[in-house]
Amino acid sequence: MGMVADHEPRVVLSARGLGKDFGGFTAVNNVNLDVQHARIHALIGPNGAGKTTVFNLLTKFLQPTRGQITLLGTDITRTRPDKVARMGMVRSFQISAVFPHLTVLENVRVALQRPAELAVQFWRPLKTLNQLNGRAEVLLEDLGLTRWRDARAADLSYGRKRVLEIATTLALDPEVLLLDEPMAGMGQEDVRMVAEIIREVARHRAVLMVEHNLSVVADICHQVTVLQRGEILAHGDYATVSADPRVRSAYMGTED
Amino acid sequence: MARDTSHADEPVAARPMAGAVKIALLLAAAGLLIAAPFFLYPIFLMKLLCFALFAAAFNLLLGYTGLLSFGHATFFGGSAYFTAHAVKVWGWPPEFGILLGVAGAAALGLVMGAIAIRRQGIYFAMITLALSQMFFFFCLQAGFTHGEDGIQSVPRGHLFGVIDLSQTTNMYFFVLAVFALGMLVIWRFVNSPFGMILKAIRENEARAISLGYSVAEYKLGAFVMSAALAGLAGGVKALVFQFATLTDVTWQMSGEVILMTLLGGIGTLVGPVVGAGLVVTLQNYLATSDFPVTIITGLVFMACVLVFRRGIVGEFYASRLGRALGFTSER
Ligand SMILES: Nc1ncnc2c1ncn2[C@@H]1O[C@H](COP(=O)(O)OP(=O)(O)OP(=O)(O)O)[C@@H](O)[C@H]1O
Ligand SMILES: [Mg+2]
Repeated sequence: MGMVADHEPRVVLSARGLGKDFGGFTAVNNVNLDVQHARIHALIGPNGAGKTTVFNLLTKFLQPTRGQITLLGTDITRTRPDKVARMGMVRSFQISAVFPHLTVLENVRVALQRPAELAVQFWRPLKTLNQLNGRAEVLLEDLGLTRWRDARAADLSYGRKRVLEIATTLALDPEVLLLDEPMAGMGQEDVRMVAEIIREVARHRAVLMVEHNLSVVADICHQVTVLQRGEILAHGDYATVSADPRVRSAYMGTED
Repeated sequence: MARDTSHADEPVAARPMAGAVKIALLLAAAGLLIAAPFFLYPIFLMKLLCFALFAAAFNLLLGYTGLLSFGHATFFGGSAYFTAHAVKVWGWPPEFGILLGVAGAAALGLVMGAIAIRRQGIYFAMITLALSQMFFFFCLQAGFTHGEDGIQSVPRGHLFGVIDLSQTTNMYFFVLAVFALGMLVIWRFVNSPFGMILKAIRENEARAISLGYSVAEYKLGAFVMSAALAGLAGGVKALVFQFATLTDVTWQMSGEVILMTLLGGIGTLVGPVVGAGLVVTLQNYLATSDFPVTIITGLVFMACVLVFRRGIVGEFYASRLGRALGFTSER
């Protein structure tokens, strides 16, 4: 990370005037966003506000109708999603995204294969990949998945699948991490663990996360952006945002 | 970071492959194939092996990449033309003729794949069908294919300049060796670092993209490999029958290989081989009877799809016996 202190605000991902129309329906409109290095940025808002769509736009899984996106100083408005990932921004999905018939270890190894340049060898045996086991096992250890190393991902509980997804994402050591409701469907225990992991990894990375659990947001997020009907309603730290009467009526009121 | 993990989902170890059972079955199959020409009609056996390899090559795409190509006759029949032409007109030795067929099929695969690969599902199938129909009309018109007549009386020649392939037994063991080599290539391809990525793409494409994989390029790689192996089968078939014909580039041929693969079971190495064996045997048997071949194979296919939804081999792997023997089925 060089000599620059991790506490210095440095924008790594920014969006200007971002918008997306589906047919005649405007799902996202005029979104400006600055995500900083070593900060956790929450994107919150009621169901259907457009949070996931913003994620899809930022990671280029969807092509924006309007606006511009910059990642680490490079304009990525027209870049393909796999390229965006290779540039250092990796996302997770709202619906847990694991490779169900691969083992837990293999799931993590798939992420490690590309940077290790062990992805195109069609002539080498599978055991070539064992050289990645060490790194994969460290990640599994960190996330408490060691016991399930050889289980198929499909056989894990829902919460543990989400943890595996985070492990796989971290395997790429991304500079920018986008997590779409990483704790949805987890028990209290796991929520606390994952919150702690996110706090830990954000010491050297930017994290943008969608989260409905406001106590977690209050606890670990430095910045909060509130989205409503595709537009930004409020922005600031948690105290400022949660005190905003518009936010209270639009979002907090509907929160269970 | 040790944590209390007292939740319901206990670790489930991946089922260990029952290596001994597999090796025993493999040896038994090898023994049968080596002994077979002394009991059965060798031309029939060679035809069976060619189609088995063709179906296995096709399955590399359908079963292991998740792409349904409706244009694989292009590679099978195209390679047959290239091989036949090289051997007959240019006087090339058989091994080089076949290599030319493989290279030609791979090149055709690269073109067809590059055009179709970004389409999904039925659109992918339709584009491959359209392109293979274009190739069919090319073969109908081009001079070197001799239109409706095909390339006839192709000499089998001498393998490596020494082994006389016009002798049926020699030819049979050559075909068997090529078949074994092809299956070995497929097996390695599936069980390789590349195969692992293909599997990941098939299981969750969006996730693979988000991990930075340019999935279209991986799929194209599998497409070209599948085309090349289909070409290997086609080139050898041209030498077996000493004949390259329009039949092998028709859409019906593309359909037939889909049928064989689905019948046997996609996503298993053995499935397409069994499926091809069944279809070829049925066709051979029905050819001498009064029954209309296509209707009967169609009915058998429908019955099998209804009864064995995973294909014959897939269903066996998933059965109690199959699982007891240590096989795993993925679908
Ligand atoms: N591909 C699409 N085509 C059409 N409409 C879409 C598409 N994707 C999202 N939408 C619409 O855009 C709006 C925003 O959806 P989005 O999934 O981004 O919301 P969200 O904030 O993530 O909601 P949730 O909290 O439920 O996950 C919704 O009205 C949704 O129906
Ligand atoms: Mg969402």
